[in-house]
Amino acid sequence: MISLNKRQKTVLVSGITCVILLAILVSGLLISNDRIVTNLDARNLPPSLTHPFGTDWLGRDMLIRTLKGMSMSIGVGLIAAASSVMIAVSLGIMAATLGRVVDGIISWLVDLFLSVPHLVMLILIAFVLGGGMKGVVIGLALTHWPSLTRVIRAEVMQLQSAEYVQTSRRLGKSRWFIAIKHILPHLVPQFLVGLFLLFPHAILHESAITFLGMGLSPHQPAIGIILSESMRYLSTGMWWLAFFPGLCLLLVVRAFDLIGEHLQSFVDPHRANE
Amino acid sequence: MRMIFSFIGRKVLRLLSLLFAISVITFILISHSPIDPIQAYIGADMMRVGPEQREKIAENWGLNEPPAEQFFRWGSSVIQGDLGTSMIYRRPVTEMIHEKFLHSLALMIIAWLLSGLIGFILGIAAAMKKDKWPDRIIKGYCYTLAATPTFWMGLLLLMIFAVWLEWFPIGMGVPAGVLTENVTLADRISHIVLPAFTLSIVGVANVALHTRQKLIDVLSSEYILFAKARGEKGFTLLWRHGIRNISLPAITLHFAGFSELFGGAVLAEQVFSYPGLGQATVEAGLRGDIPLLLGLVIFSTLFVFAGNLLADLISFIVDPRLKERKPV
Amino acid sequence: MSTLEIQDLSISFTKYSKGLRQETTQVIHNLNVSISKGEIVAVVGSSGSGKSLLAHAILGILPGNASVKGRILYDGQELTEHRKAELRGTEIVIVPQSVKFLDPLMKIGSQVQTSVRKGNAAAVQKNIFEKYKLKPIVEKLFPFQLSGGMARRVLLSMAVVSEANVVIADEPTPGLDADVIKEAEISFRKLADNGSAVMLITHDIEFALKTADKIAVFYAGTTVEVAPVSDFSGKGENLRHPYTKALWRALPQNEFIPIKGSQPLADHLPKGCPFAPRCEHATFDCSKEVPEEKMIRGGMVRCLYAT
Repeated sequence: MISLNKRQKTVLVSGITCVILLAILVSGLLISNDRIVTNLDARNLPPSLTHPFGTDWLGRDMLIRTLKGMSMSIGVGLIAAASSVMIAVSLGIMAATLGRVVDGIISWLVDLFLSVPHLVMLILIAFVLGGGMKGVVIGLALTHWPSLTRVIRAEVMQLQSAEYVQTSRRLGKSRWFIAIKHILPHLVPQFLVGLFLLFPHAILHESAITFLGMGLSPHQPAIGIILSESMRYLSTGMWWLAFFPGLCLLLVVRAFDLIGEHLQSFVDPHRANE
Repeated sequence: MRMIFSFIGRKVLRLLSLLFAISVITFILISHSPIDPIQAYIGADMMRVGPEQREKIAENWGLNEPPAEQFFRWGSSVIQGDLGTSMIYRRPVTEMIHEKFLHSLALMIIAWLLSGLIGFILGIAAAMKKDKWPDRIIKGYCYTLAATPTFWMGLLLLMIFAVWLEWFPIGMGVPAGVLTENVTLADRISHIVLPAFTLSIVGVANVALHTRQKLIDVLSSEYILFAKARGEKGFTLLWRHGIRNISLPAITLHFAGFSELFGGAVLAEQVFSYPGLGQATVEAGLRGDIPLLLGLVIFSTLFVFAGNLLADLISFIVDPRLKERKPV
Repeated sequence: MSTLEIQDLSISFTKYSKGLRQETTQVIHNLNVSISKGEIVAVVGSSGSGKSLLAHAILGILPGNASVKGRILYDGQELTEHRKAELRGTEIVIVPQSVKFLDPLMKIGSQVQTSVRKGNAAAVQKNIFEKYKLKPIVEKLFPFQLSGGMARRVLLSMAVVSEANVVIADEPTPGLDADVIKEAEISFRKLADNGSAVMLITHDIEFALKTADKIAVFYAGTTVEVAPVSDFSGKGENLRHPYTKALWRALPQNEFIPIKGSQPLADHLPKGCPFAPRCEHATFDCSKEVPEEKMIRGGMVRCLYAT
């Protein structure tokens, strides 16, 4: 057995996790809605070999529903997180490079968005946009950019005042050159790390707002919907309706967290030599 | 002393400008929403209400005025302490918020204290035994918890402790069907336990992880190195240099977590049908109760601000580096 | 018999190089130096050459990814990690470089008092503050409030009150003006006269020459010469190693002639004598192996051609 050092282990684990997540996303998209068929003969069945996650009150297989729901959450989370990260990176760079006034405005905006609890703002935006996928994605994108913006702004500011950048500038290199050769290489890892760390938050918040009834519509098998519907049947003892879907959500979020952390320990010099 | 006053003064100014900005933005957003406020107000009775009646209601609420005027109207009454009337509950918004806040406050205080204390202790334990078994277990526990949806945790606890074991009631803030005078403290406590527990469990994770990281940073600092070079070790080292240097950041960070706390409360209250601010926010959003929603957004902003203010204030008062800025 | 004897010390670190590979870098090679009671030995070398590591190795506080080979003897007995843990702070102390090494949230007075081993801590602390002309108010200050000179005196006082047998001072003089440096010289001398063995780790040659009895010249991870201070005179005829001679001649008050090139980095050491590429007397043999230590005229040197 070849022994791997920490870095190699990191890459291996992250790689495997990525593959699993992609599998979920793709399989959810590929499984047609026909598989979630109402089957009144198979109602309210606890977990078994044919139905590993049990069935619900309409006889629908919970495993399929969960898989589709997870796939949806991952998809929505991806779009929302990516949008958020793009907003954050652009605003962060702008704040650090376009002068005091722009910096002041953007920082003020960051503080503003951070002073309202995420969920409250999500509810507000969902309300304003009438709920549904649009409301959720826009809401998520608009609530998660502030903290990452701060980080990127700080990074770029630090980079700008780094000696080698100053030296480069004094040697006459163009801004473009500096941006590409010096600043971008530092930002790309931050971008990736930010993306993977934002993902779990986005997914959790998406399912939360859907759970509350203001997110994805009940026609779609989103995890939040599955869980809020399960509330009605809890007292009848149908525990599998809530347990498995939530567990899957937890595992997927945890998987993204893991990748994000590993990326971070790769990138952060303080922890890189553990 | 003067420094503290000017500090608070600056913060109050910030608060006012913040509240103003939030109100403006929220107002603008809401006025663009597709929900018909009158529809939301009347609800199912929409059918029975004729157009003239609707006109009258619209006029009464000033819905036909331009948005700026509406905002001005609303704004001036807010300054006088009137946040309008809730459409769903038919009572003044201020009254509703006040009542529900007390419920949520009890919930949030318990969760905040519990998660803070337990998280702090766990974080220290993990940092002291870095990379050994206790650390791995605590880290694993925390990372898992941090990935746990609060509402799912609530559902699990509900299933186990209320449905299966029947130790606690399934929901609500007080027993159903019991008159207010007859509700005992024991009743209230039994209804608050599960939601508070839900909030605490998830909150512990972040506190523990932050504390752990801070203590690890401190333990790898230069002054700890020198302290070790002087022969200090074990618990004395930890107590004398470790805990003191992490306590302040830990507390301020915890105060700054009011935002997360509120968010968690929204979810916990929903699962347990607990009549707090969180539940009210969801209701207001779902049913389009604009005055209530506006009031709640502003209140939650105030709440988060209070937390951050306390965090900054404590830092300012306790940290000698901020207090005595001039070197001798 | 010397109080502290370092034999054949080598320190290396493991870290990640490109991508996923781990790499070991040896920073200190086969270092030999010894200090006796009442003696001040200055380990002189350029900044960043790894001299602090020597101090940390003696105290047993190297970071986790360091590995140590060789022996350190204290009072004739080997210093195991266990013994180091017992002796540090009591019989072997370090005077750190700056106030960054002090707890930022603790008052100066209490921090100095924790270094006191015998007698009433508060009284001893007040006494030493008086001796170093630190006003009573300094007790109540926090580290960030100290000026450079005060900080130096506070750090020194911590070593003095411990009445340790071995005092290691890591870069005691950066950023200080002439008066404070003079005070430091006197204090170290007094420490030695009281019976302690003092090791000064510094890049400030002039300070070393004024304060120490012996100079150990540090280059590329090892000592290339150990000479009594008296040898540093005239045009450096009594010095043994070409590097030492170059160092002496480069001083402003001497001929002020620098030599070309710079010290090789730890992971890019040339084969054989590390100074060979810059040495005007180097021959083919110099690059074959690292020269062994030779005793010449009461001093040590690593050079094939030293006289």
